[in-house]
Amino acid sequence: MASVLRFRKLCYVESAVKCTSVGYESFEIDEKLDEKEEDVLSANNFALEINKKRKQPKRQPKEWRCLDSCCWIIGYLCTTWWLLLFCYHCLPVTLLRVPELPGPGVRLKREGLTALHPVVLVPGIVTGGLELWEGRPCADGLFRKRLWGGGSFTQIFKRPLCLLEHLSLHYETGLDPQGIRVRAVPGLVGADYFAPGYFVWAVLIENLAKIGYEGKNLHMAAYDWRLSFQNTEIRDHALTRLKSKIELMYISNGYKKVVAVPHSMGVIYFLHFLKWVETPPPMGGGGGPGWCAKHIKAVMNIGPAFLGVPKAVSNLFSAEGKDVSYIRAMAPGVFDSEILGLQTFERVMRMARTWDSIVSLLPKGGEVIWGNMDRSPEEGHVCDFSKKSHSKTSLTTNNVNNSDVKRGFLVKDLANYGRIISFGKPASVLHSSKLPTADSKEFSRTSTSENFNNFSCGEAWTEYDEMSRQSIQNVAADKAYTTTTLLDLLRFVAPKMMRRAEAHFSHGIAENLDDPKYNHYKYWSNPLETKLSDAPDMEIYCMYGVGIPTERSYVYKLSPNSRCKSIPYQIDNSVHGEDGSCLKGGVYFADGDESVPVLSAGFMCAKGWRGRTRFNPSGIATYIREYRHKPPTSLMEGRGIESGSHVDIMGNFALIEDIMRVAAGATGDEIGGDQIHSDIIKMSERINLGL
Amino acid sequence: MPASIPQYVTEAITGPLTDPPGVKLRKEGLTVNHPVVFVPGIVTGGLELWEGHQCAEGLFRKRLWGGSFGELYKRPLCWAQHMSLDNETGLDPPGIRVRPVSGLVAADYFAAGYFVWAVLIANLAQIGYEEKTMYMAAYDWRLSFQNTEVRDQTLSRIKSNIELMVATNGGKKVVVIPHSMGVLYFLHFMKWVEAPPPMGGGGGSEWCAKHIKAVMNIGGPFLGVPKSVSGLFSVEARDIAIARTFAPGFLDKDVFGLQTFQHLMRMTRTWDSTMSMIPKGGETIWGGLDWSPEGSSFNCGAKTLRNNSINNTDQIPNINLANMKNVNYGRIISFGKDVAEAHSSKIGRVDLLHGVYMIIVDQQGSMKADMLTNLTNCDIWIEYHDIGDHRIKAVADYKVYTAGSILDLLHFVSPKLMARGGAHFSYGIADNLDDPKYQHYKYWSNPLETKLPDAPDMEIYSMYGVGIPTERAYVYKVTTATDCSIPFQIDTSAEGGSEDSCLKGGVFSADGDETVPVLSAGLMAAKGWRGKTRFNPSGIPTYIREYSHAPPANLLEGRGTQSGAHVDIMGNFALIEDVIRVAAGATGKELGEDHVYSDIFKWAERINLQL
Repeated sequence: MASVLRFRKLCYVESAVKCTSVGYESFEIDEKLDEKEEDVLSANNFALEINKKRKQPKRQPKEWRCLDSCCWIIGYLCTTWWLLLFCYHCLPVTLLRVPELPGPGVRLKREGLTALHPVVLVPGIVTGGLELWEGRPCADGLFRKRLWGGGSFTQIFKRPLCLLEHLSLHYETGLDPQGIRVRAVPGLVGADYFAPGYFVWAVLIENLAKIGYEGKNLHMAAYDWRLSFQNTEIRDHALTRLKSKIELMYISNGYKKVVAVPHSMGVIYFLHFLKWVETPPPMGGGGGPGWCAKHIKAVMNIGPAFLGVPKAVSNLFSAEGKDVSYIRAMAPGVFDSEILGLQTFERVMRMARTWDSIVSLLPKGGEVIWGNMDRSPEEGHVCDFSKKSHSKTSLTTNNVNNSDVKRGFLVKDLANYGRIISFGKPASVLHSSKLPTADSKEFSRTSTSENFNNFSCGEAWTEYDEMSRQSIQNVAADKAYTTTTLLDLLRFVAPKMMRRAEAHFSHGIAENLDDPKYNHYKYWSNPLETKLSDAPDMEIYCMYGVGIPTERSYVYKLSPNSRCKSIPYQIDNSVHGEDGSCLKGGVYFADGDESVPVLSAGFMCAKGWRGRTRFNPSGIATYIREYRHKPPTSLMEGRGIESGSHVDIMGNFALIEDIMRVAAGATGDEIGGDQIHSDIIKMSERINLGL
Repeated sequence: MPASIPQYVTEAITGPLTDPPGVKLRKEGLTVNHPVVFVPGIVTGGLELWEGHQCAEGLFRKRLWGGSFGELYKRPLCWAQHMSLDNETGLDPPGIRVRPVSGLVAADYFAAGYFVWAVLIANLAQIGYEEKTMYMAAYDWRLSFQNTEVRDQTLSRIKSNIELMVATNGGKKVVVIPHSMGVLYFLHFMKWVEAPPPMGGGGGSEWCAKHIKAVMNIGGPFLGVPKSVSGLFSVEARDIAIARTFAPGFLDKDVFGLQTFQHLMRMTRTWDSTMSMIPKGGETIWGGLDWSPEGSSFNCGAKTLRNNSINNTDQIPNINLANMKNVNYGRIISFGKDVAEAHSSKIGRVDLLHGVYMIIVDQQGSMKADMLTNLTNCDIWIEYHDIGDHRIKAVADYKVYTAGSILDLLHFVSPKLMARGGAHFSYGIADNLDDPKYQHYKYWSNPLETKLPDAPDMEIYSMYGVGIPTERAYVYKVTTATDCSIPFQIDTSAEGGSEDSCLKGGVFSADGDETVPVLSAGLMAAKGWRGKTRFNPSGIPTYIREYSHAPPANLLEGRGTQSGAHVDIMGNFALIEDVIRVAAGATGKELGEDHVYSDIFKWAERINLQL
């Protein structure tokens, strides 16, 4: 509506200008305009009447003035607009709708499946909606309106700075800043669509509804995904609510256990919940040791980020995550070039760094899992970039490429995935003995205050401003960092953030799980530092897409821009490998679902928890369900019914069918046990983890 | 386009606005204390589709009720079909699942821009309330109360949520704010939660005392509303069936042969909940043929007066005198104006039962034939087509119905509906509350047939608007029109003599909030529960808070900040202030106890209710 009004205004101005400058000629132009309009309307009687009326001014051309024609134009526009709207609403609804492919729900209903186990959905990072409950004057009129997700992101465009301010948390505490309350949108609407038409959970919900699910046995465990997990309990009682909801659903659905379906970061959130609920108060929920065994049938993790994602590293380090931070896509390219001096990136980075939850996604397990300077579990992975740009390739070439992958061809420079961040291409390729070692002792911070005068040149404050130019260069000097040294690096460049966040998250591997220190909540979301609960009948599924190149490690450079407030590092997107190499645009790719590498998603199910291990003392059964990515074959399919990418997989029919079967009572063996396309088993074997 | 006119524009026109109560009270230093539970009323809650027929394709999880009502225009028949419940069970028809929207969004706005709870929520948020301390107990308002538990486990969910909120807010008890029919629903809940399973929730006899600080009933139809009678009888209630306002006038005339009204009637008659609001307590409460508790004390001209000008105040005595003519509110339905006004001894009534008897003895064969032809003629089946012309005549011949005989009437004209409703609701007055039969759930929503829970520290507020003429009794006529139409209609030609008469367009009005008469909203708090009575054995304190209606001064005020109308009162600043103060910890005494404009106490004295 607004756009039409603006359009109308333009017309008005245009014709007014013509009227004054060209005088009498403008009359003709306007007439032509009018006639065009008439064509549109010619069908109806209304226009005829107007025509009759219009003849009068023609007889007296002196009185036909510019104002009149303007009025007519406006009138015509209004009528056409109104007519179009009217026609639109008159059309039978079925005509306008794209016929939908019948999902698996219909078929399974015919097979006789009905709702049995209540289902709990746990959304991931970014996809959940956030709404405003209390704000500063600049956010006037946005009370209980969505700031994030759900509706349109119009507010972000209208008042970007205001929005960034409201979405940020307090830098010291990681909780609400003074005078601002932004809360998660509760209920299914919280995360069914991320933006209009961009489904997240909607397809799954719709299919579940087909076999009888509804509000009483389907629950969305919405939580504020910006907070650290324990803080969602401290501030919003989100964990207590989830516990109470699960207990209620368990009882009111005839003592049927719950099937939990977490997605992305929701997976580690739910892991945290499982520990929390059995821990005695005040730190935990006091459900007692049997709680999970009693209430939970299966945990069906979709796109699980169990061991973190490398993307989180680049996001924290230089706000350059490819799409974990959707914000970047939202901020149009204009801002990148700093024409407006808005320092978008710095602001986004500052905001993202106040979100504790991103730290929860940093790679866990250090070099043991992610590889060291010279080796990595994925060694020998073959990359195929044509798949990444699948929109361009036709179906046939894509098939060829797929078979190519199967055949496999030799690649000259093997990717050193273990070096998560390397400065300059040489640092990423050279053998470790030729590199200066990254000694963590170097990172003892030397006088931070020497550059304090920098504060005068901009408002967007990041912790980089407190670093001296010298130490910035020290960090970069031809070095490579592995997952272990990476943490030191982050502690060095962003000490405050890490201090805050590391009170809530830990990224190591436990030596001895019985050590009482592991009772602290900061370990609960790390599968390598917690035991699974004692629930031998429970099942854990790892369901994720494969076959999409996924960010795995980065080549960085010092940013040429020496201006005082810019981020000093950026991904060196000039670095490319040869054809078939996994290096492209400064990023090494590995197999995964576009966000989470297979290693992170599948390792726990493939090895860490398989059978009775020290992480899984009661021997909970684990199943790996991989879904090979196939881009949508036609426009009709929308985002694809066989997609394997991180969010689109929620519309993958095979995955939905698996979930529905389990919800209707099937066990992991009944739906077919493991289903593996990737090299995850081989990779796991290479990882030397004490079980 | 700005969503609303900016504040400075408004202020330039009307002068500086007073602070909304939330801002004002925050400056006083009030903060979140007790968690708050909202219980929405009939009609105002949103309903969404979870499973439907072919015609409703693409509406999955879209609102059928509330929001824009777009679907009602696009596919009215489909819409009515999906909104209806099963005629026999009062539950879902096969293949259709329509469920209440959950969360605060369920009833914050009824339609775009038409607030229900939104203003209250916004003001509570000012002093720090948010999702974790506010809970909207949304339920499917079409179902009978016990069926919401049977089908959706709604009562269990409310119980679990209240327990959760008390637990997570440091043991602070909840303040419950039911509105309209939600008042009855919550009454039912309080009995249900303490009753043992399987019929009840098994919370034990102390549950309410432990979990509830106060129940702040807004516009509560404790004893029913006369409107529901006309709604059930002829779908002519003014706004109980808001649906009617959405069906534009030209549809009335069946130009398109759509028979809108019959469709609507069939739809609303499948909703058990409408029967929860049939006047309760019979003639004892609502008055007999020749008396009514209200007498003639209400000045029906008051509203127009206050609207027009305040200068005319000196005329009020005269008007009062002119209006002294006796109004027989007790006769809820009368056929013909003369019947409505004549003394009971002068009305020649043909016995209703006699009428029935006559029909049965009278040619049964021809009646069946009648039915058959009717059925073939009319696409839509409503129970009226079953009863035949003779019965219709019998109904009209009986002439006058009081609150007591109204039930017989409804049983007579729609036996199936009443049989279904009779299993869930009761409308009498208990003689002996300890009778074990009163443990059945059908009595739980009738305050005259249940005891309040044993919770002496709890408080009950009756908050409602006064000063608006409210439907209280009707003058009916028999329509002579075609076979398929509804045989009875409000006789809109019946007008009172003077301009200030309480009879207008066939409707007798009394004081109230436009929907609920004062009598129904206030009597329990004024008399039935005041002090220790048999309905209130533990002596729960009750408070009456009336809000005198003042229409909005100008367009910019929207629906008014001092309105007393049934739904608009939710934006009344005085009421919101009261609610916030109680939520922040104040007691009824601190609020100022009773706050009465109407004659409710006088009327209560006239009612001979054994306490």
